[in-house]
Amino acid sequence: MITSTTSPRIGRALATALAALALWPCAVSIAGEVVDFEPRVRPCYACHGDQGRATPDGYYPRIAGKPAGYLFEQLLHFRDGRRVHDEMSYLVDRQRDDTLRRMAEHFAALDLPHPPPAVLNTDATTLEHGARLVREGDAARELPACTACHGESMTGIEPAVPGLLGLPQDYLAAQFGAWREGARRAREPDCMAQIARRLEPADISALSAWLASQPVPSHARAQAGPVRQPPMRCGVLENAR
Amino acid sequence: MSRPLRWLLGAVVLAAAVIALIAWRGLRVDAPHDGATPVPRIAADISDPVARGAYLARAANCRGCHSARGDEPYAGGRQIPTPFGTFRSPNITPDPETGIGKWSDTDFWHALHDGRGPDGAPLYPVFPYTHYTRVDRQDSDALFAYLRSLPPVDRKNRPHQLKFPYDQRWLLVAWRALFFRAGTFEVQADRDANWNRGAYLTQGLGHCGACHEARNALGAIVSDEDPAGGVVLDWYAPSLRASDGAGVAHWSHEQVVALLRDGVSAHGSTMGPMAEVVYESLQHLHAEDLSAMAAYLRALPQSEGESAPRVASAAHEGDKAWERGASNYAKHCADCHGDRGEGKEDPGYPALAGNRAVTMRSPVNPIRAVLYGGYAPGTAGNPAPLGMPPYHATLSDQEIAEILGYVRGSWGNAARPIASFEVTRQRTGPLW
Repeated sequence: MITSTTSPRIGRALATALAALALWPCAVSIAGEVVDFEPRVRPCYACHGDQGRATPDGYYPRIAGKPAGYLFEQLLHFRDGRRVHDEMSYLVDRQRDDTLRRMAEHFAALDLPHPPPAVLNTDATTLEHGARLVREGDAARELPACTACHGESMTGIEPAVPGLLGLPQDYLAAQFGAWREGARRAREPDCMAQIARRLEPADISALSAWLASQPVPSHARAQAGPVRQPPMRCGVLENAR
Repeated sequence: MSRPLRWLLGAVVLAAAVIALIAWRGLRVDAPHDGATPVPRIAADISDPVARGAYLARAANCRGCHSARGDEPYAGGRQIPTPFGTFRSPNITPDPETGIGKWSDTDFWHALHDGRGPDGAPLYPVFPYTHYTRVDRQDSDALFAYLRSLPPVDRKNRPHQLKFPYDQRWLLVAWRALFFRAGTFEVQADRDANWNRGAYLTQGLGHCGACHEARNALGAIVSDEDPAGGVVLDWYAPSLRASDGAGVAHWSHEQVVALLRDGVSAHGSTMGPMAEVVYESLQHLHAEDLSAMAAYLRALPQSEGESAPRVASAAHEGDKAWERGASNYAKHCADCHGDRGEGKEDPGYPALAGNRAVTMRSPVNPIRAVLYGGYAPGTAGNPAPLGMPPYHATLSDQEIAEILGYVRGSWGNAARPIASFEVTRQRTGPLW
């Protein structure tokens, strides 16, 4: 939300306002009743950690603070079978769109501190390769820079593009694999599936390692969006809800 | 003729007679019903047969089995695991090559009423024609009209993966001889119209007994003799005739309607396959139909036999498994279910003390609840349900068995503890 052109003072004021908003009791109205959603998302904590901040065990991703549009889209994907994870689909099966959207908004509104990044046993060459792919892509292979859609600071762009920092290496690598195999899908044209299929295994290792080893800026939020000039056609950007 | 020859001849004649009898009973087409028997008319106010058929298809939840996740509705392909192997539901959209586009209304009636395909081949009773046989011709035609109105989907049926000898379809002739008679719904004159309506819905379209009644080793429903529930999709569906199972005779009428319509009542919530039935089917039914089903279910004769035999409470002092179960209960469960399993007023946090789902003879439901968690279905009456967290990733089979052993043996509960292999068993197979 805070762009680099904003003065630090306005930035701080905005951040304070946002934090206040985030702390506002997350009570929403469903069917005329005021429903506090926190008790309703507690089942998520079992895998995604307390308040969705992830656990140290290294697979399940952090969901706190991800853009609401992105989280909502993922819940629909799990429920409707476009993303494959049996246990996750089972949980969100038979839930209404409005309920899933409110769950997404609940987690999106959280601003929790990030733990320091994992210390990985990755050699410098691999990390450099990962960093280059993230910032520049590889034009020869029609690979756009990750930053083109995920933001200069890789913290995501509202409303539908997630930040990729602060995620476990295994989770990141598994997502690239799932996209290649069709076990993770997004709306057509599915740009991430196309990108993942252009990646070599070495690229995936390098990207996952670099992303997982970066510190997350404090109060990291997705940038204001939408993505202005996507380097390729992406259904999720065209249909962002 | 020598004596052994005479014996042999006798045996051959006897065998031929038995085979003939089985073939006659298994192959005969029962006298066709023309729909003249009056049945309670469901959704009589909907005059358009297609729209009425859509409602009846909701009541029967045809879509539930005939759709795979993420695929076109009614195009089939859902895996249905059973003790006989895995069935794959067929495409029932009107595609002429891969669906039922070439069927006539009479072909459809034969399938529904008599369990036969258009070529006369017997159908596997995983398709609950054992219940649909009570549905009358007019309703069958309405259902068919609705299915014909769907967009055709070109999706070839995938073959079932059945174990030998169940993959031999001709054996169904013998199965039918033993276990199936095409039937009709008989209106009970000594019961009121509401009860009869509930009976028609529950026994016929709703096919509740397909899950809630026990089956024998050959998959035929036997529970009329001995009320017990059945295992379906790895969940245990307790008997509707057991007050310590899923019987609701002791609930108020309103609570039964609430469970069917909202998926939650003061006495508990639906989970697993029953949550799907509420979400896909029951929540969409008219109030008069839900009320009729509730009246019928409440009037079912009740017996006992679903709860595990009470075991004498052992001295748990020094029992390490018990202590670990108690301490993990305090850590993971007590926040919502209470220190003494008393639960909270909101049925989303159910009491575990005296909870019949917890102490049931078959422990698969509480095991699956702990492993996979789950929410009650999202319905108009309960749009944002509370949920149970899944523990498959954070607790071992041993830890789950110990917690459940503690819960099943505390606060007045006295069911046997469970072994970790019983938890392990629930970690494989499709989740729903």
